[in-house]
Amino acid sequence: MKSQTRRVFLKQAGKYTAIGLTGIPLGAAFLNGCAQVEKVAEIGAKIGVDKGIISQKQADSLRKSTKAVARSFEEFTPEQEYYIGRTVGAQILAKYRPYNDQASNYYINQIGQTLALGSKRPATFGGYHFLIQNTNEINALAAPGGLIFVTRGLLRCCPNEDAVAAVLAHEIGHVQHLHGLQAIHKSRVTTALTTIGAESAKTFGDKKVAELTQTFEESIGDITKTLINNGYSRGFEREADQAAITIMQNIGYNPNGLTAMLRKMEQRLKPGGLDFAKTHPTPASRIDEIEEIIGPYVRPRQPTARWRRFQKALGRI
Amino acid sequence: MAKKMSIQVRTGEVRVKPSFLGKIVARLAYGEQVTLSGQKGDWMKVVPTGGRPSGWIHGSALTTKKIVFQAGSANVSAAADSSEVALAGKGFSRQVEDAYRRKNRQLDFRSIDQMERVTISPAQIERFLKEGGLKPVEGGA
Repeated sequence: MKSQTRRVFLKQAGKYTAIGLTGIPLGAAFLNGCAQVEKVAEIGAKIGVDKGIISQKQADSLRKSTKAVARSFEEFTPEQEYYIGRTVGAQILAKYRPYNDQASNYYINQIGQTLALGSKRPATFGGYHFLIQNTNEINALAAPGGLIFVTRGLLRCCPNEDAVAAVLAHEIGHVQHLHGLQAIHKSRVTTALTTIGAESAKTFGDKKVAELTQTFEESIGDITKTLINNGYSRGFEREADQAAITIMQNIGYNPNGLTAMLRKMEQRLKPGGLDFAKTHPTPASRIDEIEEIIGPYVRPRQPTARWRRFQKALGRI
Repeated sequence: MAKKMSIQVRTGEVRVKPSFLGKIVARLAYGEQVTLSGQKGDWMKVVPTGGRPSGWIHGSALTTKKIVFQAGSANVSAAADSSEVALAGKGFSRQVEDAYRRKNRQLDFRSIDQMERVTISPAQIERFLKEGGLKPVEGGA
């Protein structure tokens, strides 16, 4: 092949691979993202051979290298995601302790586990579970796999059950889109997956366990640093708000609950605070984007029984 | 040949219709294989082994990979490619969590275990929806 033609082809193949990596909706990507990338490279390689642009050997090599590139966070099985999530959860609890009130914790599990059924990802390895943290700080965090934490401070920003649902649905959105796993540094993902792939048929030896534990520790560090200190990107927050709207509508909640919560939060957030204010876009900018989807704010109507159970469980939070 | 899929979560719930409002007719364990017999949106119609009732299961509970518990050398090399086989209990696993916990004894995994025990049953969810006047979108949930 002429070097010029080959260069053009490789450039094209690279472009297709890039599309494969970034252009798939994450929900679908979770099941088959890597397969898609490989498929695209496969098609690219086949066209190359058919048109005589590259040799069979070059095509094989292209397939192989694409497979290496395609290794990503999506390759963690839900079981591995579950173990990552448990430890991230334990780290989240190291910052603020659980609020040990059984009735209010049960209530947010009723809301949250019902909402999860309306998400694009209702089934995770260990399921969705919710816990209130005993602090005035305004925050909510989701560990990979579905362990979701919300502070008393944030629940005080919720004037009704639909607003609580909005907070929890937003966090379910982060889990559904695998945002937590994406905080893990790419080199660590490769290290972890390579170690797992290269393990012996017998039980892991001590050395391998030590290596994996080291990578595990670093991965947990990446996630907690993003969750607690830096926050997700604006794009991820937008995605979680959009997911929240859909999830709420699927279950029968009024998505205006999200705006109701953000309005109250805006009054309560301290500028320059170390909590939600630091890691999230301003409530006003989120409200603008939400209203573009669902229209101007209308206060969610609360049937008497829904209002009463909210008051009973969280009235004194 | 009919397509096979595996349960990739701890418990896969098979329902009578493609909706979470559908009654659960079977519970399948992690790694169990099912035969695919239909699809509607995100829901898959599946036939479990052993004559258990067929029904609908959400796609997020399923994988096209075969899940292997006792890894033989053939499985390990297949899993290295990771497009066809997944190893259960390997990688970031209970074993790694235990090793991590030995190094970080101050962390409160007991609260995490307690948190995971809070499970709202399908019947409780149904009552919760009804009491609160919540009407899920059929098919959406």
